[in-house]
Amino acid sequence: MTVHSPRVQRAILEDEMKILVAVKRAIDYNVKARPKADGTGVELANVKMSMNPFDEIAVEEAIRLQEAGKATEIIAVSVGPATCQETLRTAMAMGADRGILVQTDSETQPLAVAKLLKAIVEREQPGLVLLGKQAIDDDSNQTGQMLAGLLGWAQGTFACTVLPEGDSLLVKREVDGGIQSLTLKLPAVVTADLRLNEPRYVKLPNIMKAKKKPLDIFSPADLGIDITPRLKLVKVSEPPARVGGVKVADVEELVAKLRNEAKVI
Amino acid sequence: MTALVIAEHNNQTLNVATLCAVAAAAELSGGVDILVAGHQCQAVAEQAAQVPGVGKILLADAAHYAHALAENLAPLVLSLSSAYSHLLVAATSNGKNLMPRVAAMLDVAQLSDIIAVVSDDTFVRPIYAGNVLATFQSLDAIKAITVRMTGFDAVPATGGAATIEAVAIQADAGLSQFVSEELTKSSRPELTAADIVVSGGRGVGSAENFALIERLADQLGAAVGASRAAVDAGFVPNDYQVGQTGKCVAPTLYVAVGISGAIQHLAGMKDSKVIVAINKDEEAPIFQVADYGLVGDLFKEVPALCAALEK
Repeated sequence: MTVHSPRVQRAILEDEMKILVAVKRAIDYNVKARPKADGTGVELANVKMSMNPFDEIAVEEAIRLQEAGKATEIIAVSVGPATCQETLRTAMAMGADRGILVQTDSETQPLAVAKLLKAIVEREQPGLVLLGKQAIDDDSNQTGQMLAGLLGWAQGTFACTVLPEGDSLLVKREVDGGIQSLTLKLPAVVTADLRLNEPRYVKLPNIMKAKKKPLDIFSPADLGIDITPRLKLVKVSEPPARVGGVKVADVEELVAKLRNEAKVI
Repeated sequence: MTALVIAEHNNQTLNVATLCAVAAAAELSGGVDILVAGHQCQAVAEQAAQVPGVGKILLADAAHYAHALAENLAPLVLSLSSAYSHLLVAATSNGKNLMPRVAAMLDVAQLSDIIAVVSDDTFVRPIYAGNVLATFQSLDAIKAITVRMTGFDAVPATGGAATIEAVAIQADAGLSQFVSEELTKSSRPELTAADIVVSGGRGVGSAENFALIERLADQLGAAVGASRAAVDAGFVPNDYQVGQTGKCVAPTLYVAVGISGAIQHLAGMKDSKVIVAINKDEEAPIFQVADYGLVGDLFKEVPALCAALEK
């Protein structure tokens, strides 16, 4: 047994925190979405659904922090219909300790999701909330920032490195010009970018184990949150299709076309 | 009512992205003001004052605004918001970081990445990697909006004469601190503003081989981009990434080299005027969007193209 000096022990205690990680059930990465013929929405019937890839990265980061002794418990949260339980089970099979589903069949826009997550944060008191930077369905890139704003917490968006340092967090962010490093006061909200980590593959025994992990279900009403959408979808349409052009035989023909036909060089 | 555009800048120069956001704001029925928040950024305010069609420039100059930290900028925007019907910012990494925080604090929804203004409360934005265009009507009193730069032609940088007005500084929130920045140094044009972009993908094979892409880019006076695969493989820095979750570009000419054309990549470049694809796989999806396709080995074709351009 290792005996730590009181100073070291205190340092370890400071490092211990719960992590809440938000996961969204979204269209699978490999599926090309299409508008419904009547323009009222996107065709999702019989479409493969998966955990939003950025959220998978967020779950992986939470697990790595726990494996590094920086987190005591990982709670995965999802908002949506009953089928989101599958997404939570995936998070638990990866390594989350338990799940919470805020179950609703109604449309939930980012502001409503942020309010629901805030209510869960108030119940669970995590030291860190991890989310994907955006969902690949509505491409909003809002929920993490909104949650941080509602909580009055620091935010580390588009993170590619997350390093806990006592009661603060060093976050490296992917920004337009390169990489930016920030120190955030904890508790904080962090959103994962693509290169934060590579999520692990889920092993079969862990899928079995995940089925036995606790999963609590609330409704938005249980949490006292009004989820009425603030944006009304007027219509959806297909973007103007780009028509493939011609194949050129060699670079000389390509240069001639670019100079004389397209006139772009 | 008036629209407030939050300026994107580096405390010295007004970023062209701001001019695209102003272009979107100009399509609304009211006037346009610009907020320049930064540190020792008077020069930026003076540049913003020259943007045509702008009423006034709100200048907030303080040390804790130097790095556009959302925790400090959001309370500032909030303190000014009651005078405005619309808050707009370009969908840069700063804009995307800031605006949702502002929207949530105002208890309003945000419209991300708009590409068209239909009316004062209705906007078009791409969803599902640009495979679907959605038209949304905002039911909120204040519309919080990020503007996709490729959707709007930048307004001219000069010709206007707006007044500059200093606004009250809000306290440092003390939640976050800037540590450092590692910016990719390049003498080439900025990726999102370039007329020509040459991008390399997985097919380029290595960081060393990317010199081929750079040589072609330099010959064309182009910016260099990359697919996610090339960035993930470490061939080039992250800020080169073009696609659904990287940068959106719409140059006059986009040259895709060794890029297969996953939907996530197409989402970031398919609005380019002319697309050229060079790929050895003639079945690659990139050829379905390319105006000119050249099937061949990039290690042979790219040097040959450089040579042909010299003629």
